[in-house]
Amino acid sequence: MMTSSTNSVAAASMAVNASRARRSVLNRKLVLTLVAWTIALMMFFPIFWMFLTSFKTEAEAISTPPSLFFTPSIDGYIEIQARADYFKYALNSVVISLGATLLALLIAIPSAYSMAFLPTKRTQTTLLWMLSTKMLPSVGVLLPVYLIFRDLGLLDSRTGLIIIYMLMNLPIVVWMLYTFFKDIPKDILEAGRMDGASTLQEIFHLLLPLTLPGIASTGLLCVILSWNEAFWSLNLTTSNAAPLTAYIASFSSPEGLFWAKLSAASTLAVAPILIFGWMTQKQMVRGLTFGAVK
Amino acid sequence: MRLSHSMLSRRRLLSLAALAALTPLSGQASAETITVATVNNADMVVMQSLTNEFEKSHPDIKLDWVVLEENVLRQRLTTDIATKGGQFDVMTIGTYEVPIWAKQGWLTKLDNLPADYNEADLIKPIRDGLSLTEGDDQGLYALPFYGESSMLYYRKDLFEKAGIDMPAKPTWTQVNDWASKLNAPDEGVYGICLRGKPGWGENTALLSTMVNSFGGRWFDEDWKPQLDSPAWNEAVNFYVDLMNNYGPPGATSNGFNENLALFSSGKCGMWVDATSAAGKLYNPKESSVADKLGFAPAPIAKTEKGSHWLWSWALAIPESSKSKDAARTFITWATSEEYINLVGETQGWASIPPGTRKSTYENPAYQEAAPFASFVMDAINSADPTDATLEPVPYVGVQLVTIPEFQSIGTQVGQQMAAALAGQTSVEDALASAQRSTERTMRQSGY
Amino acid sequence: MSTRASGRTVGGLRTLSLQAPAVGLLLMWMLIPLVMTLWFSFQRYNLLMPSVSGFAGVDNYYYLLTDPSLWTAMGNTLLLVGWVLVATVVGGTLLAVLLQQEFFGRGVARLFVIAPFFIMPTVSALVWKNMMMHPVNGIFAWIASLFGLPAIDWFASLPLTSVIIIVTWQWLPFAVLILLTAIQSLDDDQVEAARMDGAGPLAIFFYITLPHLKRAISVVVMIEMIFLLTIFAEIFVTTSGGPGLATTNLAYLIYIRALLDFDVGGASAGGVIAIILANIVAFFLVRTVAKNLEN
Repeated sequence: MMTSSTNSVAAASMAVNASRARRSVLNRKLVLTLVAWTIALMMFFPIFWMFLTSFKTEAEAISTPPSLFFTPSIDGYIEIQARADYFKYALNSVVISLGATLLALLIAIPSAYSMAFLPTKRTQTTLLWMLSTKMLPSVGVLLPVYLIFRDLGLLDSRTGLIIIYMLMNLPIVVWMLYTFFKDIPKDILEAGRMDGASTLQEIFHLLLPLTLPGIASTGLLCVILSWNEAFWSLNLTTSNAAPLTAYIASFSSPEGLFWAKLSAASTLAVAPILIFGWMTQKQMVRGLTFGAVK
Repeated sequence: MRLSHSMLSRRRLLSLAALAALTPLSGQASAETITVATVNNADMVVMQSLTNEFEKSHPDIKLDWVVLEENVLRQRLTTDIATKGGQFDVMTIGTYEVPIWAKQGWLTKLDNLPADYNEADLIKPIRDGLSLTEGDDQGLYALPFYGESSMLYYRKDLFEKAGIDMPAKPTWTQVNDWASKLNAPDEGVYGICLRGKPGWGENTALLSTMVNSFGGRWFDEDWKPQLDSPAWNEAVNFYVDLMNNYGPPGATSNGFNENLALFSSGKCGMWVDATSAAGKLYNPKESSVADKLGFAPAPIAKTEKGSHWLWSWALAIPESSKSKDAARTFITWATSEEYINLVGETQGWASIPPGTRKSTYENPAYQEAAPFASFVMDAINSADPTDATLEPVPYVGVQLVTIPEFQSIGTQVGQQMAAALAGQTSVEDALASAQRSTERTMRQSGY
Repeated sequence: MSTRASGRTVGGLRTLSLQAPAVGLLLMWMLIPLVMTLWFSFQRYNLLMPSVSGFAGVDNYYYLLTDPSLWTAMGNTLLLVGWVLVATVVGGTLLAVLLQQEFFGRGVARLFVIAPFFIMPTVSALVWKNMMMHPVNGIFAWIASLFGLPAIDWFASLPLTSVIIIVTWQWLPFAVLILLTAIQSLDDDQVEAARMDGAGPLAIFFYITLPHLKRAISVVVMIEMIFLLTIFAEIFVTTSGGPGLATTNLAYLIYIRALLDFDVGGASAGGVIAIILANIVAFFLVRTVAKNLEN
């Protein structure tokens, strides 16, 4: 009797504790939710506001206090499409960033392979020298590049931009691939070599399947960087090869009331890459866990 | 097996993508395509929207547009023309570039224009600004698309309420006085809006006209910079005080377009800027002050000389163009009387590109739609780039100096003036450092 | 012994043939423009004045190195890189820890946080300038007015701070992405064990999480440094390097020389100096960051 009552008291108090604990876990979760979402919304707000403004009339776009509720209108979109064909620029952006990424991967893979598996004393130095090429402000070499492109007939061509972006991203790509490759145990490749595989076979059959997530995330980063590059695209193209960064340049300075039109153009320019980024975000994180940051 | 198969398909995918990327765009072979580079001002946007009209009447020419903001456009065009890149067939450039580029032999001379173009109809100061008037290569090198001077806009309703009468020739002292009366930030009205955005075509242009009128100049006859002279000091101090006391917040990022937006939404009592804004301010669709708009000559201080500027945007053909004839056909169309009529009929007469032809100002339809017409014509005609300063100078130009170095000098000085306006440095320090940087630039180019 | 030696030779050959395309291309990319830049930097060469030409000696360097704006620009470059690095590393670590916790809608919240990384620098600068920080129509001005405060004229009174805020907003998501990935690989048992031993959340953060993140932080610092040294679009769109020289960094200074003055000689001299600086930074990276990565 005695024992059973103590037991039930203990059980009851345990239940209370458990529910208190559960409640405190829930509370903690609620607080965390509140804090995290506040920060997330603050980070996202400028993009959200740009999106919202793109559906306003010009008058609503600059009204104070800012209008949150309004009748959406797509006049801004219609007007900018009448001025410049969005799809031509978007297609150029897609072709150029994908082309540059594939080309960069193609050249970087053998190079990163040799750095990871056949390292020499100079490997580190070569790698850092590669990275340091990225620290030179592009504008410093604009004129030489412009002259070379003129003579090679590469001005205003997709090929020209693909080459430039490939060169621009190559250091980062080589470095990232190097960190992924380095984590692959040498024995696996050794085993392959025993079977008489050539270097290329080794790369294609063994290394690439193993590091595919890493290669994918490198490629994704490379696409994003190429898509957003705004100096060379503006200075080396006129109309045929002009990507979305050049498209934005024609709306970037105000002319009368321009906020809604600017927002519409901006939304169109960033939407594809933002959606692409969101969709591949998991892939990107998964890839990164293989490499240097793990 | 499976590995090699997937490898093969991946490889094929890669090469396909690479091929797709490398295939150049196939152009239309039948019509000649010309690339037109222009600035994204409202008048040029209208020109772009009339592309179909041009292509309908000239089926053998196709237009390809590159529309950029002013600074980006200028650097693109200069890089291309100076390296003979040949990327553009028609370039939109201003009164500043035309004589300099023409002297280098970069622009195609536009003689033997068709009779129906009526070259004599072009307003003389504008036409002179686009020509070389001395040397072996005299002639016209660009056709004006629109021309402008500067003037004072004000709000009639606010002036009436404050009991002020606008005199025929307002002075800067009066403007200061009125600004203090009109300034009511609590009601969202600022006394005066002026350019504060740094740039040789922005704040430096306005300040130059003020300095001219305060009796100053950019260089003395030996090309010695005069930014440390009392006239500059007085003019800039006046400008900074005026703007700090009665100007809108954020003035250092306000250029022509920003001020146009501010004035047309009723936020400024007065505004001194380009005459080409008048059409927009009088258009009730774009402006809430269309029925309350008053205008007067640009204010003066010590002298009337150089108190209002002269500028035009013009269309030119680079020597490196491969389609000069088609380009010529296009620019004569876009600057013709016929084009102006077309815009008048489709967009309304107040929106036509002004300031290029006498016939525009004789047109009754325009006179009726634009009550400021004769006024603007007088301002343009009385702006004299060859005599814009109280003391003698070795250069031509009202709000600018027609030498290649001015772009750099005007920008550096503009930056310093913006710093003074923002309160980052004193006016004295800003001018001293502007003087130093100008001296450096001049010494570097061997003056 | 002999096999190893021969193996090394073969390895050396293989290294050469495999690295050759990338290293060769980058060498060309560096060397051809570099040689041209070096050549131009000793020439009198202004695009607008083709008649003025010829050997300039060290004039271009003399004018550049005696120009007070060069030192201002270097200072601004350091300030910009330094502050953004501090803000993104500290903010990124805290945010990564926060986003690692369990809460409602975590997946979507993460998407929101990383979104700014995908936005073109030009667009984000335009949005911040015209819609956030505009002293009349901007959101910040409106928020200030809610509290009865005067609007801040961001780009005039706090120019460099404003640019730092915009750049931080763009790069914070990158730091979060990398650091979040790293935190996810943290051994839960280790944390649990520490908690059993009575370690508080702060102690866990400083003694377990932070050391674990060392490598990831090195990566963030290195990659960001590379991009931040050449920040250009944000400055071009918002302040044009001003007011005065308040936001002119080295990249912008070279831009002024090259595309406003069209002084190719002077710009090339600036480019050469930037290359030298890049190599100094690279050296510094070898010494510190790369060491972290090796372990």
